[in-house]
Amino acid sequence: MRALRRFFARLLGAMNIFRGDEDERLREEMESHIAAQAEDSIRYGMTAEEAHRRARMKMGPIEAVRESYHAEKGLPFVEVVLRDVRYAFRVLRKSPAFTVVAIVTLMLGIGANVVVFSVLNAILLHPLEVSEPQHLYQVRHKAWMTGRLLTTSYPAFEDLRRRNTTFSAMAGIYGYSHAKLNWHNLALSIAGDEVTGEYFDLLGVQPQVGRFFHAADERGPNSAPYVVLSDALWRSAFHADPAIVGAVVDLNKHPFTVVGVTQARFHGTEQFVWPDYWVPMMNQEQMEGWDSLHNRTSVSVTAIGRLKPGVTPQQATDNLNAIVSELAKEYPDTDEGQPLRLIHPGLIGDEGDVIRGFLWSVTALALLVLAAACANLSSLFAARTADRSRELALRVALGSSRRRMAGQLLTEAGLVSIMGGVAGLGGAYLLLSALNRWHPLVESHLVANMDVRVYLAGLAFTLVSGLLFGLLPARQAMRSSPLQSLKSAPTDQLHVGRFAMRDILLGVQIAICTLLVTSSFIAVRGMVRALHVPLGFKPRGAMLVGMELGESGDLMREKQKSIIDAALSIPGVDAVGAVNRTPFTGGLHGIPIFRPGNTDFKLNNAALAPYVFQMTPGYLEAANTKLLSGRDVSWQDAANTPYVAVVNQTFAQKMWGDTPAIGQHFILSAHVTEVVGVVEDGKYHDLEESPQPVVYQPFAQSDGGEAIFVVRSDRAANEMTAALERTLSGIAPNVPIGVESWADSLDGELLPARAATAALGAMGLLAAMLAVTGIFGMAAYSVSKRMKELGIRVALGARKVDVMSAAVGRPIFLLGVGSVAGLLAGVFAARLLGQIVYQANPRDPLVVGGAVLTMAVLGVAAAAIPARRALAVDPSKLMREE
Amino acid sequence: MKKKDVQQGTLTLMVLKTLDVLGPLHGYGIARRIEQISGELLSVNQGTLYPVLLRLEQEGAIASEWGESENNRRARFYRLKHAGEKLLKAERKEWEQTAAIIARFFEVKAEDL
Repeated sequence: MRALRRFFARLLGAMNIFRGDEDERLREEMESHIAAQAEDSIRYGMTAEEAHRRARMKMGPIEAVRESYHAEKGLPFVEVVLRDVRYAFRVLRKSPAFTVVAIVTLMLGIGANVVVFSVLNAILLHPLEVSEPQHLYQVRHKAWMTGRLLTTSYPAFEDLRRRNTTFSAMAGIYGYSHAKLNWHNLALSIAGDEVTGEYFDLLGVQPQVGRFFHAADERGPNSAPYVVLSDALWRSAFHADPAIVGAVVDLNKHPFTVVGVTQARFHGTEQFVWPDYWVPMMNQEQMEGWDSLHNRTSVSVTAIGRLKPGVTPQQATDNLNAIVSELAKEYPDTDEGQPLRLIHPGLIGDEGDVIRGFLWSVTALALLVLAAACANLSSLFAARTADRSRELALRVALGSSRRRMAGQLLTEAGLVSIMGGVAGLGGAYLLLSALNRWHPLVESHLVANMDVRVYLAGLAFTLVSGLLFGLLPARQAMRSSPLQSLKSAPTDQLHVGRFAMRDILLGVQIAICTLLVTSSFIAVRGMVRALHVPLGFKPRGAMLVGMELGESGDLMREKQKSIIDAALSIPGVDAVGAVNRTPFTGGLHGIPIFRPGNTDFKLNNAALAPYVFQMTPGYLEAANTKLLSGRDVSWQDAANTPYVAVVNQTFAQKMWGDTPAIGQHFILSAHVTEVVGVVEDGKYHDLEESPQPVVYQPFAQSDGGEAIFVVRSDRAANEMTAALERTLSGIAPNVPIGVESWADSLDGELLPARAATAALGAMGLLAAMLAVTGIFGMAAYSVSKRMKELGIRVALGARKVDVMSAAVGRPIFLLGVGSVAGLLAGVFAARLLGQIVYQANPRDPLVVGGAVLTMAVLGVAAAAIPARRALAVDPSKLMREE
Repeated sequence: MKKKDVQQGTLTLMVLKTLDVLGPLHGYGIARRIEQISGELLSVNQGTLYPVLLRLEQEGAIASEWGESENNRRARFYRLKHAGEKLLKAERKEWEQTAAIIARFFEVKAEDL
């Protein structure tokens, strides 16, 4: 009861701190006490003055009385914190430059970490929107011969699905489906997934409207003309009308019934590619004009599966591989028994490892930036505390406890870190909202939002950094001796001790900064190289025209030819051609070819597995792919003339070595094909690939299919877009025409390299700034501390060199040591960096030289001002001071 | 001889007893009385006296109000409340117990054990 009563009284007392009258009562008590005491003494014959002096002396240190009085009065902890915060505000306001530098440093450090963490959070920490994503696996080949996502043929997938004992369900996906959607007046080009009936049940997702299709809906090829719409397509094309369920729409001129709409948050099994629709794979023939349902050699299915409870991925892998070797025995002509493995789906197949590696590495670098920032602030704070040692000593002498002093310094650090953290979060928010509106990121559905997790991480960064750089000065204050500090100059011993700690901090900071600067140099070098890799085609000055003509065979060819002729008639157009797919658009996979005379078309007998493109005459010229020898294909090459092909250098080299390739033969899709031309090598699937063999065959001698038109012209892109749309809509009315510049469409491919360069460049810049402020702070501080000593040296006739080395020798020495350590760390971090940037090579002399030069220039620039101040010492003036 | 500071914990008891015997008093008065009663052997530290007064007031053992001192000076007068009297009794009993225990330790001889 008594304790409770006291607590309320203290709570009331704690409130008084806001009214500012907290000292009033004590002050009056003290006054009346001293007056009474003095009166007593006067009565005994003392003079009034002496009596008052004695009374005050007997009173003891007012500060101590005040503190113990306050400890009783309010809630001491809350009160002390509030008081410290108010005092810290006053102190920080008194040195605005220091405060701003500290806050900006922290803002950059924390902001960088928050941005990186948000991206990490968006990509890695948010699983796919399916039930129990941790048990969902994607089946992948171990070997080289497939594209990124496709794993197996449809019949082999069915065998795997039926025979396995480790998956509760498996589903197949063909993710490269494109369709022309027609419904009343609506005509749209959309892309989606063809999936097997188990797909939705396996993922465990629910429709928003209507229903999904299931395995029971499938009764043989083309038996299930159902389509499920994505939420985005439903909203954009059908105004979110629930009545669309049950309606029949045309997909590639075949009627499909809309059965349902997915939830808004469900986007299939890939994070960066969101399908517009899902149709049963059973109806592939209607969608694509071909189907692979009975073809064991066409690798066209991405297999996913959900493990049975208690089954490990390793057991499942063994199980699948046992089935694969059975299949190889049962179908020796077609099934190769390629071993399989399991990965988590979502990040473009195996790219997941690269993306994960990249993000974790960037996170590590961002944390290093924050560590460097903390080291920087720590030494700044420690230097400031040393400068304030007299103030602190005075307060200790007046009876303030040392613990309070340390608490005060920690509060200042905490206040700075909170302000820096808030500014960092704000900056990160602005940067992320800008990034989220940036076109290539919107295209790839990469949205990094600030959610609770990000804010919590930001708070953690803030508090940890505040503690990190606040502890050193606080420790310093705990150990300082007021007597020494009051006697003007601190003793040498204390000095050396403190400087040693600061030296280490500066050395660590410079090492980290050098590592970051090295990394950004490596990234920039890699980017420059990536931009100068010979692509084998020239995207600049070319437009891509996408038209889904929906024809096949000869009719398609005639349409293509009329479009090419029409485009050629536009003034300013230099060359036009069509190709089945342009490089860097995914879905490429090796197709086996054989040497002439081979009759057993097994994969093991294949001579090569090149990428095969179909093109019209003129494509090579329009793409600016150089023909090295021979000729382009021509309109005369048709199904009834001898099969011909243009190959690239790598193909020619691998097949026939130095023998001229023109006139040589090979077998592609069971047709003996003659090489009529050789073109330069290029990049086809991605920038990082090794030289790949490639075959270009004429459309007329292939299965045909849709094509992309490439139009080369010197005219501006927007002019060309308008002219092409006008001209081509006359030739093919009611066909949606998509025109874009080839260079723009490649932005996505260069995005990872650009993002990496931007991220590392930004961190390198931050690091450079931190290095400058760190060295500058250290040099400036040591010069100002030693002004007197320098003055004496000059007065005694020291040369400029001696003064210089005394003034800024130590920071420069630390710069050297730290840089070497950082460079060594950079060399050892080579593997880490290799994951981030294309062709990272930390031993690259240009990189090492650049990093060394940068650090040297930064160091000299940062030390220049303090050095000049040291050289300008006027001994006579200095000696008269103090 | 150097005066002793009041022992920790005993000041509360002295303050309560002083107020009990002498009635309402101001802070300086309490300090002086305690020093006098001790035969000038004790010295009361203001840094501990005022916090103790504040705590006793917060606990409801004493009350305080501004008044006129004997020399027409403004001072804060403290007086014992009912709860304070009870507290004094309890503290006194406790102290006597402690003193008795200590006394037995001093009287003890080897043959007693």
